[in-house]
Amino acid sequence: MSALSDTAGIAPGPQKRMKSRVWAKFRRNPSALLGAVLVAFFVCVALLAPVLPVPGPLETDWLAVRKPPSAAHPFGTDEIGRDVLSRMIWGAQASLMAGVVSVFIALLLGIPLGVAAGYRRGWTDAAISRVTEALLAAPFLILAIALAAFLGPSLTNAMIAIGLSAMPAFIRLARGQTLSVMTEDYVESARAIGLTDLAIIRRYILPNIFPPLLVQATLTVATAIIAEASLSFLGLGQQPPAPSWGSMLNIAKNFLEQAPWMAMWPGIAIFLVVLGFNLLGDGLRDALDPRET
Amino acid sequence: MALSKKLALALAFGLAAGGASAADLRIGLQEDPDILDPDQSRTFVGRIVYASLCDKLVDITPGLEIVPQLATGWSWSDDGMALTMTLRDGVTFHDGTPFNAAAVAANIERSQTMPESRRKSEVKSIASTEVVDDYTIKFNLTAPDATLLAQFADRSGMMMSPTAAAETGADFGLTPVCSGPFSFKERIQQDRIVLEKFAGYWNADEISFDSVTFLPIPDTTVRLANLRSGDLDMLERLAATDLGSAKGDDGLIIEQAVSLGYQGITMNLANGERAKNPLGEDARVRKALSLSIDRNVLNQVVFEGAFAPGNQPFPPTSPWYDTRFPVPERDVDAAKALLAEAGYESGLEIEIQVTNNPVQMQMMQVVQAMASEAGIDIKLVAKEFATLLKDQSAGDFTASQIGWSGRVDPDGNIHQFMTCNGGINDSKVCIPEVDALLDKARVSTDMAERKASYDAAREILIEELPILYLYHVTWIWALDDKIAGFVPYPDGMIRLEGVSFTE
Amino acid sequence: MLGFLARRILIAIPTVILISVFVFTLQKLLPGDPVLAMAGEERDPEVLAFLREKYRLNDPLYMQYFHWIGGVLQGDLGISLRTRQPVLTLIGEKLPVTIQLAVMALIIAVFIGVPTGILSAYRKGTWIDWLANIVALSGLSIPNFWLGIMLILLVSVNLGWLPASGYAPLSEDPLRSIQTMIMPAFVLGTGLAATLMRHTRSAMLGVLKSDYVRTARAKGLNERVVILKHALRNALVPIVTVATLLFGELLAGAVLTEQIFTIPGFGKLVVDAVFNRDYAVVQGIVLCTAVAFIAMNILADAAYRILNPRMRDT
Repeated sequence: MSALSDTAGIAPGPQKRMKSRVWAKFRRNPSALLGAVLVAFFVCVALLAPVLPVPGPLETDWLAVRKPPSAAHPFGTDEIGRDVLSRMIWGAQASLMAGVVSVFIALLLGIPLGVAAGYRRGWTDAAISRVTEALLAAPFLILAIALAAFLGPSLTNAMIAIGLSAMPAFIRLARGQTLSVMTEDYVESARAIGLTDLAIIRRYILPNIFPPLLVQATLTVATAIIAEASLSFLGLGQQPPAPSWGSMLNIAKNFLEQAPWMAMWPGIAIFLVVLGFNLLGDGLRDALDPRET
Repeated sequence: MALSKKLALALAFGLAAGGASAADLRIGLQEDPDILDPDQSRTFVGRIVYASLCDKLVDITPGLEIVPQLATGWSWSDDGMALTMTLRDGVTFHDGTPFNAAAVAANIERSQTMPESRRKSEVKSIASTEVVDDYTIKFNLTAPDATLLAQFADRSGMMMSPTAAAETGADFGLTPVCSGPFSFKERIQQDRIVLEKFAGYWNADEISFDSVTFLPIPDTTVRLANLRSGDLDMLERLAATDLGSAKGDDGLIIEQAVSLGYQGITMNLANGERAKNPLGEDARVRKALSLSIDRNVLNQVVFEGAFAPGNQPFPPTSPWYDTRFPVPERDVDAAKALLAEAGYESGLEIEIQVTNNPVQMQMMQVVQAMASEAGIDIKLVAKEFATLLKDQSAGDFTASQIGWSGRVDPDGNIHQFMTCNGGINDSKVCIPEVDALLDKARVSTDMAERKASYDAAREILIEELPILYLYHVTWIWALDDKIAGFVPYPDGMIRLEGVSFTE
Repeated sequence: MLGFLARRILIAIPTVILISVFVFTLQKLLPGDPVLAMAGEERDPEVLAFLREKYRLNDPLYMQYFHWIGGVLQGDLGISLRTRQPVLTLIGEKLPVTIQLAVMALIIAVFIGVPTGILSAYRKGTWIDWLANIVALSGLSIPNFWLGIMLILLVSVNLGWLPASGYAPLSEDPLRSIQTMIMPAFVLGTGLAATLMRHTRSAMLGVLKSDYVRTARAKGLNERVVILKHALRNALVPIVTVATLLFGELLAGAVLTEQIFTIPGFGKLVVDAVFNRDYAVVQGIVLCTAVAFIAMNILADAAYRILNPRMRDT
């Protein structure tokens, strides 16, 4: 939301009004609120992981291998006697990080490229558009698998792979939005009074393309979390012993019969956090949509 | 709900009826085999298919004795420089080509000269082949080679139709033609390999199935579920963790055999710059690591006690195991004392690479936890198998968790790892005395004499620890109880002679 | 129309070339030596050298690329390093499997997604709409590999109703084929159903507001007729387009689904090939899917123009 308030300097009145209108719409939407609560819950859990009263995620207890949920281990223990609840909590960090960081990578690369394509048009646009199309044509997961395999399996590389795979969508969106903003009168007049390209982009283009990008980014976080879980599930993401929900599932599938709880919790957690981001994204879209009131 | 249940039952019933009508044996494999050309293939799982497809010159017993298969008898010359074999009369390949001494000569030549051949080193000692008569062949050697018979009990001894081999060349594996009890029918990659009974098989009376279908199903839980539902008749490599539940199932038979191979940690002693680390430089640190590990608990926690803890290249059950050095008990104090002696009173950090498969990772995490109690902080670096191998040969590692599938002859488990110029000596250990002993064991055909050499080498290696042996895998097969006559072998193969459905 | 197609195809050519370069360099940059992966336990330097020579791994990269692309243009995608089967044959063998899975998944998705979408649009703002939305979002949010694992656990391991895996070609044993494929198709279909539902809903909302439907209602037509005959027919245009575009999502989903249910299809082929360092196979598959994806996009655009007369002149 900080970028929105940056623009307040230009036109304080309408912006402020718009902000309060958006917030009012958002607040009246129960599913959006539910999404916000879910996301907030997992963010808190991830942040509070170090201080929550649970055993360390790597502490093993050979006497309690694959024990079902009990008072001592509310979510049960895993294949080498670690507390599943603790691994779930610490795993939240990996999942959320993967979601947010990879989207951040996609934004960081996608916005400049997209804006450049839309602003400069011509050859720049043609070149960037071709590359974007080529990237879009390779199926997301196959591209991410190949990238993660190429960079070597690790959480960081999985985030890079997911970020790069998600980037084309942002390039497209940023380009399209830039193109439509460019036709507005105020851009024309800004040019006429001799503002530099960078100034025009900063003052007019970025603030205007921000809302749709925010919606897209929120929804992509959801996709990215699933993608990270998928890659970790295939052994290409977070590496043991560090916990992540996907890699926990990867191991759990070998113990389905003996220890079904090992597979249950990570799945539920991924589901809830992804649902949260999806609801939040949808809510933001509705709230930011100027057409409907 | 009721309707869908009925429907499901009807479907299941139809399925069972369909499965019983033909004598087709369905075997679940853990992986999809690579190319089905005995000269080119390299996977363990491929050899399981060969056991039904390609007969070998000789076979082994579960006790690792060499017994006749296509060769009915053999004798060594006095100087050990020649091996003469008499061949079985009246054997034909699946395409009708007769099996004889000329066919054997052609097969050996293919193994030795085909550029793609991965058997070259196994038959390196053969200088020439001599067709004495139709059913007698003589191998002249460059040096005495006690391991040759054992090689003939594996892929180097598998006989392919010379006609087919000449026709298809390097693509032989797409439509393999051998002389085994079953002939190749079709293969759909990652899905199935179907073999049909070969009516002209020399031992056809022992074979009671019309066809065998091999189905690669990597997921162990799914493989077991398919056996239970009747979709499979047997499966190989049941996960140790499924052992308890499979044993409790009345409809299943469980068979086990300790494998010929080992799992351990290969140390970088002199393979490039990265050998300069506490673990590579000081045998006391390696010994401390070994002492910090409770191999029995490791086996219990990770493998439900189904595997065999070990400390040598051969399992304790092997006739080649040196009983003077039993599997050591865990001794954390002794480990700490050794570390202090080596100058690491306050502990140290080491790095071990491991393949990123869940079971190996789990095993190494337990090792990690055990070692930390002795003050050894292990950093695990997970790599894909291909990367791990590459880094290991290139010397880009300090220690590497890796195993060896094992060979019938003891030489195959030790010589190439422990001799200065050994082909897979990635730790680059080089002790001239050990070289001399292992070379000596290679040329002798007397078991007692060979054992003495291996024991003498063990005395040195147990102190040096270029490879820290941890355990030996146990092959576990699960069979539907309608199957009778299955015999487990330590090589992990499935031999179908004498196996049948009881119904 | 022809001009439009020609223009689109012309634009696609540089994209395809770019993809081929991406695919090629990506694979070449993979760590781990494919030859070592092929050689496995026994690593005879002589064999390694031979294989390197044979697969031209010693040539400069650009030469390797030209050699590969030259073959591709002649319909030769190379042979699998692991089993020596031609890549094209492999793809041909696996494609029907994945198509069967995809079609079954799509059918399931349409049967769930379209009716709920219509209902949700028709009852916009009511609890039905809200519930349908939540359910659809849940479908989108469940990681489908986890759903697959849970279904195996429930249906196969605990209840023993359906085989956990296995595959029978449709042509050989249709009943068994469908039986083994129904669970994976369901897993794959749920996610798609959600996407489809959301698109149906918004398309229907647009149509329901249109003058056209208002007129139909004003004429006193039965509400069911208005919805099913007039509104749905118009809403189908965007729905069909979306379904075509789901192709990419289907493929990505198939990768994981096939992995879990051990279905010998396209997705399993690509994952196994990545892990086995089977360069030729990975290159072939990614190239084929990318080209197919672009073709689907062009077709979707064309279909849209045909179905939607207003677009024809632009």
